[in-house]
Amino acid sequence: MLEFAGYEMPISYQGVVAEHLAVRNHCGLFDVSHMGEIFLSGKHAEENLQVLTCNDVSKLENGQCQYSILLNERGYPVDDIIVYKIDKENFFLCVNAANVKKDFDWISKHLQKKVQLENQSDAMGMIALQGPKSLELLKSTGEPFPNLKRFHWAECTLNSIPVKLSKTGYTGELGFEFYVPSSQTLALWEWLMQTGKNFGLVPVGLGARDTLRLEMGYALYGHELSSTIDPIAAGLEWVIAWNKKYFIGKEALLEHKAATYLRGVTGMIMEEPGIPREAMELYIDHKVIGKVLSGTQSPVLKKGIASVIVEKEFIKNLTVDVFVDIRGKMKKASLHNFPLISKS
Amino acid sequence: MNYPEGLKYTNEHEWVKLEGNVATVGITDYAQDQLGDIVYLELPEMNKQYEQGETFGVVESTKSVSDLYMPITGKVTAINEPLIDAPEKINEDPYGEAWMIKIELSKLSQLETLLNANEYQNQVSNS
Repeated sequence: MLEFAGYEMPISYQGVVAEHLAVRNHCGLFDVSHMGEIFLSGKHAEENLQVLTCNDVSKLENGQCQYSILLNERGYPVDDIIVYKIDKENFFLCVNAANVKKDFDWISKHLQKKVQLENQSDAMGMIALQGPKSLELLKSTGEPFPNLKRFHWAECTLNSIPVKLSKTGYTGELGFEFYVPSSQTLALWEWLMQTGKNFGLVPVGLGARDTLRLEMGYALYGHELSSTIDPIAAGLEWVIAWNKKYFIGKEALLEHKAATYLRGVTGMIMEEPGIPREAMELYIDHKVIGKVLSGTQSPVLKKGIASVIVEKEFIKNLTVDVFVDIRGKMKKASLHNFPLISKS
Repeated sequence: MNYPEGLKYTNEHEWVKLEGNVATVGITDYAQDQLGDIVYLELPEMNKQYEQGETFGVVESTKSVSDLYMPITGKVTAINEPLIDAPEKINEDPYGEAWMIKIELSKLSQLETLLNANEYQNQVSNS
């Protein structure tokens, strides 16, 4: 168990590798109740979000959601979030656990027009069901739930529990996330675990949550996206709605972009045994060209993998061999685009 | 948790099996359990000489890195090569298939500094 953002979190239940492979091959269940939920309501809700977030909220239909980033005036992320549209005047944001208070204060301070702001993080639990069997599992319950496209969500009732069912996830697999009243999180967990027996469902801890997202190259705030890595360097320019007239951080980001980027984030796979870890340096011809942001052993590839930040010229040409300084020994690795595993 | 009688143990969670003046070394059941899935192992070169307490290798799980400490001064006379390609065996069979190195002892008196099964178990349960 690990204390994280005030929650006692399991790193693993039966082992990171087994849990990871269960999600890739069947399905796994994650208790992600530590994630925060902040609600905005009122007739200026959308207007405010257009200023606060860099993606385009006006593109959302009711029941749709989008990945987005809260930026500061210097163009660096305050947090990466998911914006859920309930209707024109009601939205909620799913935010990182460690950033709930920071985000809430940031939003409060930067509201342009009056809106009702509510931190529901303690009142809401969250469970993620991820893996190729997750849809089949949900169908097998016999409970009615809407047919959802990716990044869509809906209110429904499962086993008499009211949930916000969202077709999203952090693993790269087919899957769902359930927002549920805290008092009923355990009941939903137990019901899903029970139903999931026939589908090989296993509980999955934080350890595999990290290895799963890293194989896909999904950013983790504080690593691939941080107070020194802006969304462009992070490879997340697709999240930036340049066509919006204004959002906090836009001017700074435009300046960063004009200054031509010196560094960018990409993937790396070890060509020799060894596990790259955060802050280890990358070399070409005895010259430092970057460093590791997150690193682990990929349970699928059975090789060390990492997200790395390197000088831009190496992102354009990923064919070069690099060497990672692993505790004083130079180990060969190759640079890759994400995802690092092939997904059918 | 398993702490076989007849083995010697260190505070750093290595076990030692003595046969004449040759000691076989690995890590304990407790150590593998604490580390979680072990995915990488680095072992020393043959014939290398180490002092007691020196680092002779590294084990890594998906989440963490740990040094392996020489339980006793001596020379490396065998390494378990197949284990490097199958480090998960350390989780499965820490006292058997997952032995790591054999060392030829030069200071037999150091054996007294090691713990017996009972002492090690007490030390682990107090930590």
